Amino acid sequence: MIPRQLIIAISALLLLALGLGLYAWHMGKTVASTQPGGTDTRPLAPPVAGPSEQVTLFVAHDADGTLRPESAQIPMPSGRQQRAEELLRSLVSLYLDKSSPHVLGAGSDIRSVFLVDPGVAVIDLNSAFADTHRSGVLVEELTVASLIHTVSANTPGITKVKILVDGKDRDTLAGHADLNDFYDVSAVNQLATQLQTP
Amino acid sequence: MVLAFSLLAAPEKHLSVYSVAANYSLPLTQRDNRDYVGLLEVLEPLGRVSAKTEGSRWRLRYNNIEAEFQGGKNKAKVQGRDADLGAKFFVENNRGLVPVGALSSLLPRILGGPVSLHEDSGRLFIGSISTHFTASLASANPARLVFNFTAPVNPQISNEPGALRMTFSHEPLVAPASPTLTFGNKMIPSANYSESNGNAVVTVSTTIPVMASFSNNGRTVTIAAANAPAQAAAGGTETAGGTNPATPTQAPAAQPPVARKYFAVVDASHGGDDHGETLSPTLLEKDVTVALARSLRQELESRGITTLVLRDSDANLSIDQRAVFTNADHAAIYIAVHAASSGHGVRVYSALLPPGEDDRGPFHNWTVAQRGALALSRTAASAVASEMQRRQIPVRNVGAPLRPLNNLTGPAIAVEVAPQGSDVSQLTAPDYQQLITSAVATAVAATRDQLGVAP
Repeated sequence: MIPRQLIIAISALLLLALGLGLYAWHMGKTVASTQPGGTDTRPLAPPVAGPSEQVTLFVAHDADGTLRPESAQIPMPSGRQQRAEELLRSLVSLYLDKSSPHVLGAGSDIRSVFLVDPGVAVIDLNSAFADTHRSGVLVEELTVASLIHTVSANTPGITKVKILVDGKDRDTLAGHADLNDFYDVSAVNQLATQLQTP
Repeated sequence: MVLAFSLLAAPEKHLSVYSVAANYSLPLTQRDNRDYVGLLEVLEPLGRVSAKTEGSRWRLRYNNIEAEFQGGKNKAKVQGRDADLGAKFFVENNRGLVPVGALSSLLPRILGGPVSLHEDSGRLFIGSISTHFTASLASANPARLVFNFTAPVNPQISNEPGALRMTFSHEPLVAPASPTLTFGNKMIPSANYSESNGNAVVTVSTTIPVMASFSNNGRTVTIAAANAPAQAAAGGTETAGGTNPATPTQAPAAQPPVARKYFAVVDASHGGDDHGETLSPTLLEKDVTVALARSLRQELESRGITTLVLRDSDANLSIDQRAVFTNADHAAIYIAVHAASSGHGVRVYSALLPPGEDDRGPFHNWTVAQRGALALSRTAASAVASEMQRRQIPVRNVGAPLRPLNNLTGPAIAVEVAPQGSDVSQLTAPDYQQLITSAVATAVAATRDQLGVAP
């Protein structure tokens, strides 16, 4: 014969287990319904400390093959190198928008910008930037000119620019624009002037 | 012995073929005292063609048309229907030889369009292609005779006592209403049109030494007394008119200082493992550039410019190899051909040079080897852009960081061709390709004197 107290204790435990199970099922449904619908591939920009400043970005437009100056208000840090990085990240962020006039591939980013020597800037792109870039002489040239002219126009004293991909040399951006050599900023500035008119 | 000598001395007979896709010349062979030509060679520049030999049978496929021939037989079948060749068909070393006279009935059934055969003179016109001309006396004293052509021409010019002869080997020139034109002038009384061995010949009768000069982008040829200025009948750059050994000509400013095998090197960019841009799921840039390069070679050679296509197959060729070969040839102009799906029309590029040290003695700095020729490159690029504008083709002319332009010691440009609208299949259309390449060739021909003196 089972003692009466034992039957009551087991029944109470079973009821408690059932209640906890129902609660866990309800919580699982709630969490699932609050998951984000898609994944944002854009890189998460680090917080920038500094007042907003008006800068000029030189934005490529594929439709007519031009490079046009556009004013932008962006928070700028105080360090020269950080400012150059922030400028180019703002430019790339603009190109990552699907409605941009010169769309870059998902995940494209600036890894860093080094001002290694007076007058020399090194722009380090991530591999997604080059791997997903569209191929073509003009479309690649517009990207290169946009990056170099934007950084040199807003960072006085730069005379030469080198572009790396993932910290390494690469022959071309996407089959055409040469990345082996340094770019002469004065020559790129002349090119940018040519590219400002259709 | 005399017979053997006369046979050796006889010029090789040719068939000149003119079409929208290409103008070309093929050698003729004699069988049973008739002129024969390889049918595959006739069709190859016009479309996708293949042939297969099975014993004495020779099967041909041109695009979707199938034809079957049999060695020794006078009849063939095109799409299952009989075609009379008028003489025996020969199969030799997997080549199918047809009598030239059979082309006028055979080709319309294979190509699906009209052809016009001038059998006696070995000239074949495919489709409605022709260049017409008019001749008029612009002034009587000094006599100046002006020929106006409906398309640019580049005849070989020779002088002999009492005549100046213009031989058109690449142009689909057709006869005027009357083969003999009279001008009622004592110094230049008449001109005569004739055809022979794949050529059209215009012979100008003269009683004084004359010279020829070109203007209007090769559309106008002016014949004038050798001691009188041969003013252009229309606007445009006046250029020297071919060779004229008997009388003085307007020669280039200077003779080329170096020997070169090819005046122009045309580089079909990419190739092999390097596909270039994927223009569509079925169209690669490397394939379009080869087609454009071949078309450009045809256009340049039809203007008398010796041309090499650097990549004439799907081969891997490094950028450095392309530069080394072009520099070694001392080509007067290097033209890289690219194709793109973005944008519209044509982009013409000269080098955007990286910073680099100057040359040391005879050694060029590899990265900026182009520096000494950049001004001429820009001249050539501007000429090409102007010709595109003249033909109402949208065009940009800018510098570009595009190798091997900066590694070349002579004038060098790149031409990137995009469709005029959004349909990338236009890049494969022979009409569009020829529109672009003929404009490039016309511009190169117009600047050849400047380019020819480049180191």
